[in-house]
Amino acid sequence: MAVPRIGVFICHCGTNIGGIVDVPQVVEYAKSLPYVAHAEANMYTCSEEGISSIKHAIKEYDLNRVVVASCTPRTHQPLFRNACADAGLNPYLFEFVNIREHCSWIHMQNRREATEKAKELVKMGVAKARWLDAQEEFESDVYPAAMVIGGGVAGMSAALNLANQGFEVHLVEKEPELGGRLLKLNRIFTINKDPRELVESIVKAVAGHSKIRLHMPAVVKAASGYIGNFDISVDEGGKEVSFKVGVIIVATGAQVLKPELYRYGELANVLTQLDLEQRLKDDKLGEFQNVVMINCVGARIPERPYCSRVCCMTAIKNAALMKEINPEAKVYVLYRDLMTYGVEFEEYYREAKGAGVRFIRYTPSNPPQVIGTEKVESVRVYDELMGMELELPCDLLVLATPLISNNDSEELSKMLKVPIGDGGFFLEAHIKLRPVEFAMDGIYVAGSCRWPADIRESIAQGYAAASEAAIPLRQGLVKVEAITATVDPKICKGCGTCALVCPFDAIELKESEIRGLEGKIVSEVNTALCKGCGLCAAACPNGAVQQRGFTDMQLLSMVNALSGKR
Amino acid sequence: MQDNKEVKTEFKPKILAFCCNWCAYAGADLAGVSRFQMPTDVRVIRVMCSGRVPPELIIRALANGLDGVMILGCHPGECHYSEGNYLTRRRAHVLKRLLSYIGIEPDRFQLGWVSAAEGAKFAAVVKETTDKITALGPNRWVDKK
Repeated sequence: MAVPRIGVFICHCGTNIGGIVDVPQVVEYAKSLPYVAHAEANMYTCSEEGISSIKHAIKEYDLNRVVVASCTPRTHQPLFRNACADAGLNPYLFEFVNIREHCSWIHMQNRREATEKAKELVKMGVAKARWLDAQEEFESDVYPAAMVIGGGVAGMSAALNLANQGFEVHLVEKEPELGGRLLKLNRIFTINKDPRELVESIVKAVAGHSKIRLHMPAVVKAASGYIGNFDISVDEGGKEVSFKVGVIIVATGAQVLKPELYRYGELANVLTQLDLEQRLKDDKLGEFQNVVMINCVGARIPERPYCSRVCCMTAIKNAALMKEINPEAKVYVLYRDLMTYGVEFEEYYREAKGAGVRFIRYTPSNPPQVIGTEKVESVRVYDELMGMELELPCDLLVLATPLISNNDSEELSKMLKVPIGDGGFFLEAHIKLRPVEFAMDGIYVAGSCRWPADIRESIAQGYAAASEAAIPLRQGLVKVEAITATVDPKICKGCGTCALVCPFDAIELKESEIRGLEGKIVSEVNTALCKGCGLCAAACPNGAVQQRGFTDMQLLSMVNALSGKR
Repeated sequence: MQDNKEVKTEFKPKILAFCCNWCAYAGADLAGVSRFQMPTDVRVIRVMCSGRVPPELIIRALANGLDGVMILGCHPGECHYSEGNYLTRRRAHVLKRLLSYIGIEPDRFQLGWVSAAEGAKFAAVVKETTDKITALGPNRWVDKK
């Protein structure tokens, strides 16, 4: 290895850093550090001028390592790595030091100490940079097909989108019919139409599409592999079918909670909103005069703290429908808070009020009480806004219960190695920035399996997931950041601890084929599966496993630099 | 330990924090963007997962004379890699006992959970840990040996 020649670039970031940290002092300090061949200050290192200054210095001073002390690697690392690459330096010979978010911005009242801290952070970065190695990114082919799990409106939209782009799609639906939860509804809120009308055109397009292979009724039994290269096995009516795909979209939907509240299941005239819709569809509702609906039943409570978002609108829809069927009926909706966000929803709520539906606010500390022995006779409720107790006659009590995760979510989560978050719903990679992707590359999520969503949202998410999934399919090649694990087979003793802690099954014990080590049992990393967490490197008892970019030596050198040791 | 010879001046501890790239490091970024002001004694090393930090490295840091070491990872159940923070939690448990066995105050090592959305919590953890370590005083372990 050539003697390290490290270039250090300290950014003023206008006054963001320079206004607090004494940048020239840090530059002088950096020059005194071991292996530093050049140090300079930039007004904005990320500007065109700053970038060309890095490129120029790499050539001028024959630098073989670059350290930039500025903002956060989470936003700017790719830019500086590219600058290195442009100047002919391997991009992994770059190290980032954060002296803005982690220093100047949080120590604005203490310039002297902020400057001392910036010096130490630079010292640590330089110490690590000395041990950086050039790395090559791993590339692998993408098999140009997708699997969509779930034939509801989200899954069908995703499947159609990808198929229309020309990709082969395997759509796996566990029920014998496409359409999902939508088929169980009586009509759809705001447009008041039969869901079959809406879903029929989509089902037709899916079922007749030459690029879509329908597996129905079928469940996914096994999935292994990585982005671009998944091996799938499904149980299709008792028969096992296997195929290969490059990407996976999870759109398995949700189910409606059956509550153990308000004597549901005990008294015949207590229904959920979904039960009510079924009776309306079957034309089996019968006569009614006094309808009471209760919202937030089993939702927004300590054991299920989330808002299910679609139930308020469902209650408003059915309450208005009750008035439509029997204008003489008295219809009450008992609510905690009303979720009628957006333009159409608020208007829909106003229309229901105009049609004579009464809305009464209750609080969870004082919930409604069901009166009656054989059946519900009345509902007693403390009206929070009027400040008085009311007794409402009732011959039909309808409970709005939340959507809850499907029973098979956990099994699927384990099979695909994708996480489940609050309430048993699937958890996306980033709540704001990556809403339809999992952290696991090549797997995407859409619809109510992620969070309760209405039809419009489910379709939009289906399209979004499909468009994200189409990127690797179209590129045909994926690159993996070179922070994956490596094993030194000479040091490895084959204990298997690394394989045990790997969450991605990326490490296997194998007989070595390397000359001189033939037959020795050693760990082998499948780079395509490795996500670069470094758990294996921390677990290895003798340092045979290392994480590129975060080696034991690199981390130790930072610790030693901070504690003033060599 | 030349740093510790003059104890007459106010004691400023030297604290190291290993932060997971996906949660605590981003939380620290958010604290910065939010301009939450905090003590200057903590230095962050970024790792991809809290589970990357071997216990040996923490012992090394404390044996070197650093006054405190933190690992800040994702809340249980929210690990970017599914289960790395569970490994961290188990290791931390054993490590605390080991530290006390070899004569280092176990409180010099702290484990915490800070999400990417918890800038205020990051600032609070930094303040709390700095106070705790300051109260413990300089790390004298090296001198004792």
